[in-house]
Amino acid sequence: MTARSLFVPATLFLLATFLIGPFLIIVAASFSAGETLAFPPQGFSLQWIVKVFTVESFRASFAMSMFLAIGGTAAALVLGIPASYALSRYRLPGAEIIRTIVSAPIIVPGIIVGLSLLRYVVVPFGVGITLALFLAHTALILPYAVRVVSASLDNLRSDIEEAAVLLGSSRLGAFFRVVMPNIKGGILSAFILGFVTSFNQVPVSLFLSGPGVRTLPIDMMAYMEIVFDPSVAALSSLLAFLSIGIVFAAERFLGFSRYV
Amino acid sequence: MCDQSYLSLEKLTLAYGDSVAVADLDLSVRRGELIALLGPSGCGKTTTMRAIAGLLPVKSGKVILDGEDMTRTAPNKRAVGLVFQSYALFPHLSVYENVAFGLRLKGMKGAELDAKVQSGIASVGLAKFADRKPAELSGGQQQRVALARSMVMEPKVLLLDEPLSNLDARLRLEMRTELQRVQRETGVTMIFVTHDQAEALSLADRIVVMKNGAIEQIGTPEDIYNRPTSSFVADFVGFENIFKLEDGALKTENGSVPLSVAPGSDAPSAVGLAWRPRMVTLGTGPFRGTVRGTSFAGHSREYLLDSALGPIKAEVDASEPVHVSGSDLSFDLPVHKAAHLSRIA
Repeated sequence: MTARSLFVPATLFLLATFLIGPFLIIVAASFSAGETLAFPPQGFSLQWIVKVFTVESFRASFAMSMFLAIGGTAAALVLGIPASYALSRYRLPGAEIIRTIVSAPIIVPGIIVGLSLLRYVVVPFGVGITLALFLAHTALILPYAVRVVSASLDNLRSDIEEAAVLLGSSRLGAFFRVVMPNIKGGILSAFILGFVTSFNQVPVSLFLSGPGVRTLPIDMMAYMEIVFDPSVAALSSLLAFLSIGIVFAAERFLGFSRYV
Repeated sequence: MCDQSYLSLEKLTLAYGDSVAVADLDLSVRRGELIALLGPSGCGKTTTMRAIAGLLPVKSGKVILDGEDMTRTAPNKRAVGLVFQSYALFPHLSVYENVAFGLRLKGMKGAELDAKVQSGIASVGLAKFADRKPAELSGGQQQRVALARSMVMEPKVLLLDEPLSNLDARLRLEMRTELQRVQRETGVTMIFVTHDQAEALSLADRIVVMKNGAIEQIGTPEDIYNRPTSSFVADFVGFENIFKLEDGALKTENGSVPLSVAPGSDAPSAVGLAWRPRMVTLGTGPFRGTVRGTSFAGHSREYLLDSALGPIKAEVDASEPVHVSGSDLSFDLPVHKAAHLSRIA
C-alpha cells in the first residue's frame, strides 16, 4: 500500500475515534464494578445501570426533562406551524425580519439566552421555575420547528389548497385535509429535532433551574459534584441509546434526513 | 340581458392591490357553450377565470351564474370546477380518493359514492389506475384525474387553465377530443384560458380575445380567424400586413398610397385594413416592391418586400415562379380579401 492510499482510511479512522471514542469510554465505564468513574472500567457489573433507576432525583428530573421536551416541542409546533404557513404562503411585510427573530435563539449563545431570560423576564415578573423552563424551551425549539416545517411547506404546491376549496372545503378545512397530511413528515422531523434539542439543553436550563426543579442534564452535573460514581456514565449511556433509537426509527420510517 | 345568458360578467373590475388587472369587462356565456379566453400573458384572462371561480375578490361589477348573483359567494359554494394548469392533485391521496374528495365533502358515502367515483374514473379511461398516487401517473393521466375530480361534482361551469399547453402534440389531440366529448356528453359550460390561438380555434364555440385587461373581440373561431376587427387581433391570428386607412388611401410613415378600389360599403367605419401574407398577389397589381428576402417553407415560399407602403410579407405557392432577392416586381393587396379593422393600435 502506498502512503497515498493509506491517507484516507487513516483520516477516517482518526475522525471516527474522535467522534465516537468518548462515547465508547462512557459506555464501557457504565459497566464498571468499581466505586468511582474511571476508565478502563474495573471489572464488569450492571449495578450502576440498576442504580440509575433507584435515584429519586434522577426520576424527578427525567420526568421534568420529558415534560419540557414533549410539551415544549408541542407548544413550539402549535406556534411554529401557523407561523411557517404564513411565512411561506403570504408575502408579508417584514417576513425576513420575522424569520431572523424566530431563528435568533439558535444563533445567540445559550448562556446569554439563559441569563437574559433570568434577569429580564423571570426575576422581574416573578415567573415560576417550571413555567420559565417551559417558555424557554419552547422558544429554543421554535426556530427548528419553523425551519423544518417551512422546508416541507415550500416543497408543497399551494394550488392544491385552492383545488380543495373549489371542491367544497373551507380554507381551514383545506389546511387540515390537504396541507397537514403532506407536511406530516416535516412535522414529525421537527418534533424529533425539538425533542432532542430540548432534552440535551444545558446552558439555558442551568440558569432557570431552581430548588427541587431541574432538568436531567443539570441534575446529572449536580450529582457528579457530590458523588463521583459510574451511575452518571450509566445514565449517559442509557440516554444516548434512547436518542440513537429515536433518530434511527425516524430515519427508517420517515426519511428524517430529507427534512433536516 | 338576453335570457339565454347562463354566466354573465357585468362591468367586472379586478385588481391586485392597486394595480387593475381587468377593467369593466362584460361577457355573457350561454349554457353549454365552450368559451376560450385567448390572449398573451398578462392580458387578464387567468385573472378573469380566477374571479369566476371566486379565488380572487371582485373589486367592482358582478358575476351572475344561473340567475344568481355570485359576486360575493365563497368559492366553495359556487359549484364552479377548475382544472389547474399544474393539475393540483392531492399528492397524498390515490386517484380514487382524489376523485372522491369533493363528493365526500358533500356527505356522499357508501355505494352511491363508490359508483360515482368509479364511473368518474372510468369516464376518463383510468379505471386501472384507481389505486395509484398522482406521482405514479404521467402528466396526461394526471390531467384526466383532475378533469374527473372536477366533473364528478357536476359543476355549473368548468374552468380550465391552459388545458393543452403542458401536453405533447399527440396528447394534445387526445385531450382536445376528450374535452369535446365531455362537453357533448354532459353539456357542461366550459371556459378555458389559453395563449395559443390554434388551441382556441380548434376547441372553442366562441373565442374571447383579451388584451390589457379588456376584451378586444368576441366571436366564433371563423370570425376571429377571418374577420378580426382590431389590429391586435389581426396580428394575433396572422394578418401580418396591417395599414391605417384614411380617405380611401393606405396611410404609411411616408405619406398616403391610394387604393385602386375603395373598401367595401360593408365596412364604412373601417379605420384600417389587414392582409395575411397568403392574400398578397405577386407579379401583377398597382404597387411595386423590391424583394428583400425569401425563404422556402415546403408547400409555399415566403417573401419580404420593400415598398412605398413599407415592408410587406407575402406567401405564395412553391410552384409559382421564384423571384430572387433584389428583383423588382409588382404586387397587389386585394381589398375584397382584406380584414376591415375598426380599431387600430
